[in-house]
Amino acid sequence: MYTIEKTHEIADKIFEIWVNAPHVARNARAGQFVIIRTDETGERIPLTISRASGDLVRIVFMAVGKTTHALAAIKAGDAIADIVGPLGHPSEIKAWGTCVIVGGGAGIANTPCIAEALKAAGNTVIGIIGARNAGMLILEDEMREACDELHVTTDDGSKGRHGFAADVLKEIVAERKVDAVWIIGPTIMMKITSMATKKKGIKTFVSLNPIMVDGTGMCGSCRCQVAGKTVFACVDGPEFDAHEVNFDQLMQRQRYYMDQEKEALARWNQHVCSCGEGR
Amino acid sequence: MGDRPADIRVRDFLEVDCGLTADEAVAEANRCLGCKKPACVDGCPVNIDIPAFIGLIAERKFTEAALSIKTQNMLPAICGRVCPQETQCEVLCILGKKEKPVRIGQLERFAADEERRTGIKAPVKKAATGKKVAVVGSGPAGITAAGELAKEGHSVVMYESLHLPGGVLTYGIPSFRLPKDIVKAELDQVLSLGVEVKLNHFVGRSVPLDELLSYDAVLLGTGAGLPYFMGISGEHLNGVYSANEFLTRVNLMHADRFPEYDTPIAKSSRVVVVGGGNVAMDAARTARRMGAKVTLVYRRRAEDLPARLAEVHHAEEEGIEFITCANPTRILGEQVVTGIECIRMKMCELDASGRPSAVPINGDTFTIDCDVVIQAIGQGPNPVLVREIQGLERGRAGNVVADGDGRTAHPKIFAAGDVTTGAATVILAMGGAKKAAQSINSLLATR
Repeated sequence: MYTIEKTHEIADKIFEIWVNAPHVARNARAGQFVIIRTDETGERIPLTISRASGDLVRIVFMAVGKTTHALAAIKAGDAIADIVGPLGHPSEIKAWGTCVIVGGGAGIANTPCIAEALKAAGNTVIGIIGARNAGMLILEDEMREACDELHVTTDDGSKGRHGFAADVLKEIVAERKVDAVWIIGPTIMMKITSMATKKKGIKTFVSLNPIMVDGTGMCGSCRCQVAGKTVFACVDGPEFDAHEVNFDQLMQRQRYYMDQEKEALARWNQHVCSCGEGR
Repeated sequence: MGDRPADIRVRDFLEVDCGLTADEAVAEANRCLGCKKPACVDGCPVNIDIPAFIGLIAERKFTEAALSIKTQNMLPAICGRVCPQETQCEVLCILGKKEKPVRIGQLERFAADEERRTGIKAPVKKAATGKKVAVVGSGPAGITAAGELAKEGHSVVMYESLHLPGGVLTYGIPSFRLPKDIVKAELDQVLSLGVEVKLNHFVGRSVPLDELLSYDAVLLGTGAGLPYFMGISGEHLNGVYSANEFLTRVNLMHADRFPEYDTPIAKSSRVVVVGGGNVAMDAARTARRMGAKVTLVYRRRAEDLPARLAEVHHAEEEGIEFITCANPTRILGEQVVTGIECIRMKMCELDASGRPSAVPINGDTFTIDCDVVIQAIGQGPNPVLVREIQGLERGRAGNVVADGDGRTAHPKIFAAGDVTTGAATVILAMGGAKKAAQSINSLLATR
């Protein structure tokens, strides 16, 4: 069992939890992820490592399905059954020159760490973070701290620029020389946003989040098409060259269990209503 | 007692084979001639003194029989169930020449089950040596090596990346063939020697390599968990599984009991399993128990099926349809699988394995409607850790090259099981692990 030391709703339906997991925290690097299982009947789900500090790992996630709702309902001092990691390769941190880090929605979770690592490696780092509205924007302070400049967008204009992160990225790459770009967010957002750097051939990384089970390369559930080849996001990724990823196929595979996910969430909501658990 | 009726057992995941009663076991044990030079022992990868333990069963000394086995094999209840005895010990039994060989596997299982029923005694271990050994992986190789090394008095830490120990015994082999309480009981007995198991530790990631190499010796038993895919079109459709994924979802995550358990799995009415080995049989029979009509497609002839004959029979009894001499060419569907196209295969001259090579017959294709395709065409050695360790020699399949005693090119690192051989059997992994443990012992004795 792994204790949740702190938990906090940092934005609308977006939570941060700090899990006591020395084996993960002491070895985590920017860009990696964990797989967690909340309890004995739980499923294994991958979540990005937002930050590691001492023996604690910070995970930032949006309550979307049953497992994330259950995770959000865990109180500080309680525990989750399992956390394995850090998994996957770290981000490719080196002296690129000028880097742009784009985070969308809950995908902003691990952008501060990547930005900090790139900054420490001597890069100029430009941040763009976007959310649906001001109430769903996360980690703005950390990104402002980590980046040389930060742009904020909201879909509804309630904060920062009215529009999408992709709009800002397009302008930046039109005006300046950019050497590497990270785009992390919902799959559709990564697909659309990465088009902004394709023509110019700017090296662009996206962090893929397909359905996983073990996270160690043993099941193949997370297989994706990158540059026409089958790769396992868990051990070959999670970051890949955006311009080589078959996003449509990824989205198709992410939808496979939609019916069961709805059913599980409905059961959870019923459970919360009947016993008053949760938030 | 024999097998439970097929029409009953396809509705649950309880064990198919009920084993022997005490009287049946004694009668079977009495058939053993107690050969002076027992050929059966030569066939056993861990050299169990087979006539000795069978003799004890004949005398109704069941616990003593189990203890006798356990001097050579700490996992008799598991091996009694999943070893291919018919090609190892039983095939060499002298009685098999005229009638049926002694049912050694059933007797091994019986003795182990009797001991477990009456309470397993903690194994004895030597005084602490002060040496520390890391065992990577808690499958058949890892458990065996950990047990052997702990008995010698070494301090053993066993790492497992999943949330439960046991490796393929836990995530791979279904409970109707190997009940999980039995796996747990035999595993607990090894852990009772003081082996520390660290779950959720993915060595190479959660445990850096320098930390791993700070142990006095390391045993790699990371197995062959890398699923192969055929590389045909349609493989990325929803509903295409590797056997590993399908079995893991059910055996480890209990997806068959969704939504009581959170892990989902396809709600399928018609499943096609590709492959002919034990894993293919396990996947087919698991899908059958979840209510699907199941067809198994194998590229060679029925007599070439690599699975144990008993498993093929079990699968047939349970209503699995076999289509042999056929191979999938593409998987059909828009987003979700709707069918699989296969081509008939012609059997040509025998290859090195003594089986005919299968060659497609041009144009002779047919389609099977289905909503799930499970590929059970084999697994390769887990590559992740192995490729990151400097100083290991790797074979063509990505396996760790080790000699017959588990020694690798790295002086501190030993390897056993599927990571050295590619996908093989539980017992071969255990045999390899025993030898590797002996090599580690000799290394530690010289220091």
